[in-house]
Amino acid sequence: MSNNTISDVRAGVAEKKSPRANSLADHALVQLTLVRFREFIREPEALFWVFVFPVLLAAGLGIAFRNRPAEVLRIAVVTPELARSLRQEKLLDVQQLDSEAAQEALRTGKVALLAAPGSSGTVEYRYDDTNPEGRAARLLADRAIQKAAGRVDPVATTDELMRETGSRYIDFLIPGLLGMNLMGSAIWSMGFAIVDARRKKLLKRLVASPMPRPYYLLSFLLSRILMLVVEVGVLVGFGALLFHVPVRGSLLDLGVVCLLASLSFSALGLLLASRARTIEAASGLMNVVMMPMWIASGVFFSSQKFPDMMQPFIKALPLTAVIDALRANMLQGSNLAQMASQVGIIIFWLAICFALALKLFRWR
Amino acid sequence: MPEIASKSALRVRQLRKAYKDVVAVDGLDLEVQAGECFGLLGPNGAGKTTTVEICEGLTQPDSGEVEALGLRWNSDAAQLRQRLGIQLQDTQLSEKLTVYETVRLFRSFFRQGAGASEIIARVQLEEKQNSRVGDLSGGQKQRLALACALVGDPDFLFLDEPTTGLDPQARRQLWELIEEFKESGRTILLTTHYMDEAERLCDRVAIMDHGKEIALGTPRELISATCAEQMVEFTAGSVSHALDVPALRRIEGVREVRTENGAVLLQVTELHTSVPALLAELTRQNVPLTELRTHSATLEDVFVTLTGRHLRDE
Repeated sequence: MSNNTISDVRAGVAEKKSPRANSLADHALVQLTLVRFREFIREPEALFWVFVFPVLLAAGLGIAFRNRPAEVLRIAVVTPELARSLRQEKLLDVQQLDSEAAQEALRTGKVALLAAPGSSGTVEYRYDDTNPEGRAARLLADRAIQKAAGRVDPVATTDELMRETGSRYIDFLIPGLLGMNLMGSAIWSMGFAIVDARRKKLLKRLVASPMPRPYYLLSFLLSRILMLVVEVGVLVGFGALLFHVPVRGSLLDLGVVCLLASLSFSALGLLLASRARTIEAASGLMNVVMMPMWIASGVFFSSQKFPDMMQPFIKALPLTAVIDALRANMLQGSNLAQMASQVGIIIFWLAICFALALKLFRWR
Repeated sequence: MPEIASKSALRVRQLRKAYKDVVAVDGLDLEVQAGECFGLLGPNGAGKTTTVEICEGLTQPDSGEVEALGLRWNSDAAQLRQRLGIQLQDTQLSEKLTVYETVRLFRSFFRQGAGASEIIARVQLEEKQNSRVGDLSGGQKQRLALACALVGDPDFLFLDEPTTGLDPQARRQLWELIEEFKESGRTILLTTHYMDEAERLCDRVAIMDHGKEIALGTPRELISATCAEQMVEFTAGSVSHALDVPALRRIEGVREVRTENGAVLLQVTELHTSVPALLAELTRQNVPLTELRTHSATLEDVFVTLTGRHLRDE
């Protein structure tokens, strides 16, 4: 009995040492993909930029642009009489200052409006009419002063307040950041890793071995897809938990859009890295390509703000298509058929970039 | 494998490769026998690396033929890749991976070969198995590169300047590993510009300069064919007592006289007759001797005799 046990243990040890024991893990594609992961997680900077930075950015902007409950506007007055009338209005924060200090406060933006007595019983409002806060303060201040002087509104009104999720800035922002992150992480992870390996002649060493060449590129795509789940999960989860950003469309459609986007940007990254021999050259190229999209594709503000004649070009950019599709899915609940034009643009870029990259790619 | 190729591991015929403004390889013929360690020697820029990379199927030649292990690159590349072990000049392996992970990655590309741990033990890196590649010394990195070349149990090993930039101890350690592989009866093609390396490791060497082979043979053959066997190096004389160099040529047994950085180098056939004669001549000239050394002629001396240049001059 005891003999048996010992030989069993020995057999177990022998099996562990045998190279055939775990043949899947010994597959070249698995090993190459593992290398991608190891290189990524052993680079703390990359982890920060891919996972932490977008969340910090979303949190920062979400807090800065949060919809404050009934914003209070600061205004300045120079006489106690005006101060008394204006303090009836709860949406105004009234400061009584001497004339000079009040001018200074207005000039430096500490107050949105200055109310001062004009000649023969009139009231003079000083404000910047291009500043929305100034215009709002003007309306509120005037209403308060007229009411205090005895005006009665001819029509009675009531307010019904609705603050819908999905129409706030954070709802607009999260899909934008998600798109930007998909682009950045795909292009950077692909571009830098390949150019660095070429610079170190590691690419040349790999093709000197019997490694099947397509496996090298496939390992990037596989690791990208697995990483994607985390990237998208972190940002969408963060938005949903902290800011209740909705995902109204199907999660499957969202996944398809993210996957296509990531493949398309990876192909673009591969194209940008197909020849460059130095990190400097590659990062210059990547910035030239990504910068216009960061600005024009509607990450932080709507791309509609650009002139009409630029719209066709902006719409054709891959990041615009990705962000429009993400917003359509998350905020409007659109399905893939409704996003056909955006999905088409993404696939178009994927095909063009991948074909060009394969044609231009140099291993050394 | 064709029977005819079974004795030669590598045949190169009329190989030519030109880059924009230089002819790197200029009509080279080579034949490496199975089981021998063949050295390709020459200064930087002689065309060694280009030649080796053409043989490794990494560079396309302008013209000429290459047949390795009886196979050709344009028809049998996949088969060849499985059977060659390749170590390139200055490859930097990924610094963030460990030694074990690196060897295991390369192992996964080959159909046959020992396990990663066994290969690591063979190049004496067991203790560094879990260290990051970035933390290894130069010698350890070269041994890891050798491990990656040995991982598929190759029939033919290509080593491109395997010990360049290493300290003497690390070089000796690597030489021992290469000798071990050699003893298993398999073929090695090695490039180097260290003559001592070639003399120690190589059965035969070809000396290359400007893309051409300028000498071929065993290290001993080359030395005895091109130079006398012994070298005498001395410094003598001063400003007031200048040495009469031409007079040295008349000494019995002196084959060649060369001056170099104030020292004089004599190639002689026999030390025991030439050295006393030299001392007598210096006494006759009344020139004081400040330093005297002798050594057996080396491949370095062969190269200098053939080209008038030193290997590492450039």
